[in-house]
Amino acid sequence: MPADTVSETWPEQIYDLFRRHAIRQVALVPDAGHARLIRLCQADNAMRVVTLTSEQEGIALLCGAWLGGDKGVLLMQSSGVGNCINMLSLAINHRAPLPMVVTMRGDFGEFNPAQVPMGQATPAVLQAMGTLVHRADRAEDVAPTVDASLRLAFNTFRPTATLIGQRVLGAKTFGKD
Amino acid sequence: MAPTLDRRLLCAAVLKDRGDMLVIAGLGAPAWDITAIGDCDTNFPLWGGMGGAAMLGLGLALAQPRRKVLVITGDGEMLMGLGSLATIAVQRPDNLAILVQDNEHYGETGMQPTHTADGVDLVAMARGAGIARTLLVTQPDQLDSLRAAIHAPGCLFALAKIAPTREALVLPPRDGALLQARMRAALLGPEAYHQL
Repeated sequence: MPADTVSETWPEQIYDLFRRHAIRQVALVPDAGHARLIRLCQADNAMRVVTLTSEQEGIALLCGAWLGGDKGVLLMQSSGVGNCINMLSLAINHRAPLPMVVTMRGDFGEFNPAQVPMGQATPAVLQAMGTLVHRADRAEDVAPTVDASLRLAFNTFRPTATLIGQRVLGAKTFGKD
Repeated sequence: MAPTLDRRLLCAAVLKDRGDMLVIAGLGAPAWDITAIGDCDTNFPLWGGMGGAAMLGLGLALAQPRRKVLVITGDGEMLMGLGSLATIAVQRPDNLAILVQDNEHYGETGMQPTHTADGVDLVAMARGAGIARTLLVTQPDQLDSLRAAIHAPGCLFALAKIAPTREALVLPPRDGALLQARMRAALLGPEAYHQL
């Protein structure tokens, strides 16, 4: 696929991966970077979209889903990773597959100072809680990285995360460009 | 008046003739309680993840829509996951029941009072979140109707005011991988070990 096409279709590619991996529960706190993917999942009757009040709810939800035989993913922004820290103990302790797809803020050309502390801490915090972390900073790397992270989670029973860099997403500038 | 319901009698009453009901217990005393009544493959007692018991129940209930899922947890654990009441109400799982054993104290850490001791009303919060079926239990003669309400279809939030007693410790298995594997095998059969 030409690079410009990939840069426009990576959300559709993630959605196709969710279908191929038979993802049934999609837990999320919305992020602008995930907006297209969220719409695709909501339109799919084979997927149950569970909007959360806080990201940690998603960790517990997906542990329960796997307990009952459902595969799930957690979509969130990097700031939400901080809300998950202790709850990740559940996935580690029970050896539950827990793939996360994280859109980065506080990363490449950030405008909002409040996003920087958690954005910069995101990989370290996830790794400190036993999560295997992979990054995609080019649009063409997003789908292969999400695919690898889904396989790692479900084949080896642990939390995994794909961090989608702000370079892919574009930095929100609040109209101050 | 101080609550007088006995937590183990309450637990025995709601788990009587439970059939194929799946039971999740929040960390601490609720996990010891369901184990004292009888450990089995369809019990999932938690050792951590405070604030996550109800959401774990939601994930399991959505994955197993033909099974009743009962979450038994404490007031302190529920207070840490209040947002999940809103998330659950929005999902409207027909097969999920939540029972809070409210002793108005953090039992595992020295019996410090929780907010429910100062009047915070978890039943009102659940109703306000949009869980239509709620039940407040304060008397032993309500236990039969509580059990019936748990087994009836429709999402339920029940709260039982219990005496702040400390019961004999009856510990479930501590290996979380075992707890998960045994319930998955009970639900999915041998395929549980080969799911891709």
